[in-house]
Amino acid sequence: MTLLLLLAVLDGLAYAALVFMVAVGLTLVFGVLRVLNVAHGSFFAIGGYVAATLGGAVATTAAAPWLALPVLLVSAILVGGLLGPVVEKLLLSRIYVKDHVLQLLVTFALFMILEDVQKLIWGVQPIFQDAAVKALGPVEVGDIVYTRYQLFLLPAVAATTLLGLMWFLRRTLTGRVIVAVTQDREAATAMGIDAARVYMLTFTFGTMLAALGGALASPTSSLVPGAGVNMIVLSFAVVATAGLGQIEGAALTALLIGLGRSVAVYFAPEFEVVIPYLIMVAVLLVRPYGLFGSPELRRV
Amino acid sequence: MGRNLTLPTVLGIALLFGLSFLAPWLKFVFTIALAKGLAVLGILLLLRAGQVSFGHALYVAVGAYTVAFTRPVAGDVLILLPLAVLAAGTVGVLVGLFVTRYRDIFFGMLNLAFSMVFYSLLEKLYAYTKGTDGITVVRPSIAGVMLERVPYEWTMLCLALTLAVGLGLLARVFLASPLGQALPAIKTRETRLEFAGISAKRVLLVSYVASAMLAGLGGGLIAMTTLHVTPLLAYWTHSGELVFIAILGGGGAVLGPFLGAVVFELVRVYAAAAFPDAWQMILGAVLLAIILFASRGLWGIYEDLTAKRGVRS
Repeated sequence: MTLLLLLAVLDGLAYAALVFMVAVGLTLVFGVLRVLNVAHGSFFAIGGYVAATLGGAVATTAAAPWLALPVLLVSAILVGGLLGPVVEKLLLSRIYVKDHVLQLLVTFALFMILEDVQKLIWGVQPIFQDAAVKALGPVEVGDIVYTRYQLFLLPAVAATTLLGLMWFLRRTLTGRVIVAVTQDREAATAMGIDAARVYMLTFTFGTMLAALGGALASPTSSLVPGAGVNMIVLSFAVVATAGLGQIEGAALTALLIGLGRSVAVYFAPEFEVVIPYLIMVAVLLVRPYGLFGSPELRRV
Repeated sequence: MGRNLTLPTVLGIALLFGLSFLAPWLKFVFTIALAKGLAVLGILLLLRAGQVSFGHALYVAVGAYTVAFTRPVAGDVLILLPLAVLAAGTVGVLVGLFVTRYRDIFFGMLNLAFSMVFYSLLEKLYAYTKGTDGITVVRPSIAGVMLERVPYEWTMLCLALTLAVGLGLLARVFLASPLGQALPAIKTRETRLEFAGISAKRVLLVSYVASAMLAGLGGGLIAMTTLHVTPLLAYWTHSGELVFIAILGGGGAVLGPFLGAVVFELVRVYAAAAFPDAWQMILGAVLLAIILFASRGLWGIYEDLTAKRGVRS
């Protein structure tokens, strides 16, 4: 019983770290661009697929197994750096002036397209590549043998992302420029800030975060079609529970929902998928704008 | 708005019947198309209020599974269909009370979340739903008469057509009523609607439950036509299809959903067989093209064509 609970907590932490990576990108992009990007889930899946492909190539050719780890980061930068600017310039920049429903439809259409792009490139068979997990090896926690990758690396990356983002947005010039554009685009533009560039940078960065989430998830679970939709729905639940645009809040709710889900995995497996949404509905019934949101939505 | 829809409706019905006589397998395609058209009619009501639901496949699935579950107990179409509508309506009230507190992004995504939860429950609760295998539905009787396959299919097509015409008319009356007129007001300026003493939430809830019931009816018809239900009915791709058909058909008139659904199903028969792995991609690309370049959909194109002709003559 206690053993199962400990295992559930460990799993929950690792899972929360992954969900946070995706949710924080979603909430950041929404906070700045005011567009909820449904295709964010596809970026997660594509990040995972690219990481698995590159990881497979590295595992068979390179001498040093630890090389599988930087490959994860490289894949994320590759996916975000290539897809992010293209999608923002070709698609999103046309629809900032349209109403929310149309924006949602456009990103949903993009999501439909990208789902099939994945199928065409990587097929529908599950893909699994765990070189990164093997590179770090196992660790003993009490009586449980657990992977170092899930115990240390995933939470460390998530914590670094959270702290790094907080520092970046509050202490650096670029970060403050982003916050300025978020609060009042016109005033910021009048001050000589290139708002279009800020939008593109933010979107690219958000895309990288989603892809990194996918890359980090790929060594611990196999990639199948539908991974993207599950993640976008789940990370939306996290973001909505926290309040749209709330970064620190997203970390806390990711933890809450990640732990809730993994406890359900061990004790009521049929309801694994339902728990996150039960948490979301419960929170939204009491606080309609999320735990940390306010009606006016303080952004970023 | 006040256009006369009699001529296009009669022409459409004649065309559906004519084609079904020429190619009997089209009966099936058209019945499914009309059933989906009913669900899309529900989406149209919400679109009038500027809201889009990415989860209406939930109600289609509720309707379809209601038919599958109650078929062994109650074996007649005239009992099963009202039950499907009732079940979808009940779920619609429960979910609607929650989601109509929200607009735009939250409205769309919360619907998606609910439908995905229902999908995974259908998939996981194997003991009740047989998981991804789905449940086979034995052909029900119609008004106490057990029909052979061919007359059954004809009757289902006629039934779907009757329901489509009847509910299309009803939707038209609803949209012209004070309550229906309040829907576009939610889109343009909700606060002013509230100032006029009308509860936006209640208006939206009524339309939401109506849309859920329409989707449930569509789902019931689908279950009785395909005679097999699977969790895929509740999957997001199916919700996406409904939204796609709504945009494809155009929101201008109640004929839009049915026009969109028939075109969609006909194209799908060929395209999905030719490019099974690129089907969603084609849908997404067409959806983008319509949103960016022809936002009034097929019905809008039809209106433009007929309007120009009218000016010339």
